Amino acid sequence: MKQCKDLKIVAVERPNDGYVLLKLMDAEPLPEIRAGQFVEIKVDNSPSTFLRRPISVNFVDEARNELWLLIQIVGEGTRHLARLQAGDSLNVLFPLGNGFSQGVAGERVLLVGGGVGIAPLLEYAKQLRQVGATPYLLLGGRSAGNLLQLDLFRQYGEVYMTTEDGSMGEQGFVTNSSLSTLHSSLFSRISCCGPKPMMQAVARWAKQHQVRCEVSLENLMACGLGACLCCVEKTVRGNVCVCKEGPVFGIEALTWS
Amino acid sequence: MQMVNPVMTASGTFGYGIEFADLVDLSQIGGIIMKGTTLNPREGNDYPRMAETASGMLNCVGLQNKGVDYFCQHIYPQVKDIPSNMIVNVSGSSPDDYAECAARINQLDNIPAIELNISCPNVKQGGMAFGVTTEGASQVVRAVRRAYDKTLIVKLSPNVTSIADIARSVEDAGADAVSLINTLMGMAVDIERRKPRLSINTGGLSGPAVKPVALRCVWQVAKAVRIPVIGLGGIMTAEDAIEFFMVGASAIEIGTGNFIDPAISVKVAQGISDWLDRHGCNTLDEIRGVI
Repeated sequence: MKQCKDLKIVAVERPNDGYVLLKLMDAEPLPEIRAGQFVEIKVDNSPSTFLRRPISVNFVDEARNELWLLIQIVGEGTRHLARLQAGDSLNVLFPLGNGFSQGVAGERVLLVGGGVGIAPLLEYAKQLRQVGATPYLLLGGRSAGNLLQLDLFRQYGEVYMTTEDGSMGEQGFVTNSSLSTLHSSLFSRISCCGPKPMMQAVARWAKQHQVRCEVSLENLMACGLGACLCCVEKTVRGNVCVCKEGPVFGIEALTWS
Repeated sequence: MQMVNPVMTASGTFGYGIEFADLVDLSQIGGIIMKGTTLNPREGNDYPRMAETASGMLNCVGLQNKGVDYFCQHIYPQVKDIPSNMIVNVSGSSPDDYAECAARINQLDNIPAIELNISCPNVKQGGMAFGVTTEGASQVVRAVRRAYDKTLIVKLSPNVTSIADIARSVEDAGADAVSLINTLMGMAVDIERRKPRLSINTGGLSGPAVKPVALRCVWQVAKAVRIPVIGLGGIMTAEDAIEFFMVGASAIEIGTGNFIDPAISVKVAQGISDWLDRHGCNTLDEIRGVI
């Protein structure tokens, strides 16, 4: 069931200048959240920021009843969020969207993340482990500063990395080197979140190698509930709302070439 | 049409109500105006369809919907028992289109009214084209009036020289009420890409940015017609709503505000009631049209 409520910020971490990690806590038990679902947060005290900001769920710490949001600081809204402090509250509309496919015991899944798109893969890797599946992580970024939470990722699966400047892992994109060296027989499907050109390249690779693949889209959106019809993506069923029918789509549902 | 309070949700901002059922008590909303419905299905415009702007947003959705028959067969069964006034917003590309769509909705027992959209700025044919001339507006309203015998609300465009003239023409053509304003035509540019932010270049501006324009329009129209005027445009608080009542609105709609707070309509309704109590008013009539 969707909720819209104030959550308390219990910790604010700044892994580097480009990101902020907000850890939120609720007095009541958090609702069930599927990996890949997202929240819409209200940005207060920012006159130029009017609409809520959609942010993927990075991690749910069940033991502490915490919801983590890893946010890349890109504009006025996210700059304001980065100034929040422990003890502040944040109005959150959640959980939204459909989330990644639920894991099956024994299956091996390649999770491909690019930039801040790696954020929801942490929760997904955890949930896959919980059902007895094996996640492999392929994380890409411009440079080492974009590859965060690596120690946490390593708790759940093998981590492969690429950076465009070669400052960490292999130099290049996730698609041109690592993906081809990870033999497709190693995993039965791919889940991917990152910039659209990266996801399109991964989708092409998946089609070519006949591997099932799903991608998480981040179209500009307003309501987050499927009401305003702003965030549509063209699919084989016509225009559908990314916020409600997605954000995760099997690539066979999309009209990507 | 009886309403629990004078607050409705605006078309295109509240889906069919069901999307918000987890988040707000729908029975405490005076009326829910569902998304724009046309005779035939429409895919709407390409993405991107929205851009955030100072105190507001632009959209160019373009009336995406599955058509009136889909509404009657698949949506109506899901909404007919919602304890609010479930109103269909009707759009079209010719007077006959509008009338045929309205006639089909006329058959649905639990839809007490329609809101005729002669003011959508985001479609090439029809939409706003009818709402910007007195002849076009009255032509559509006359055609629908012949086909529809329940409450007929007509939603007006602010993108005109004299909105009072348009309001008078739809009143004369048989409208039971007018609602205004629809969005203001606007534009935003991505200067790095040197391209418009919206797929079709222009879109409709909504949110608090448009409230002063909306108030001016409601004030002018309320002076010009005898039928009830429903005010909308940038309402975020009960105080905003009170402004609309003071310039002559009988009821209000909340649109873009639903995206910021899904329960805003109920909060504003409660706030209006509290404001009236604090000011010793027994009914809205004591402040309606005082300006």
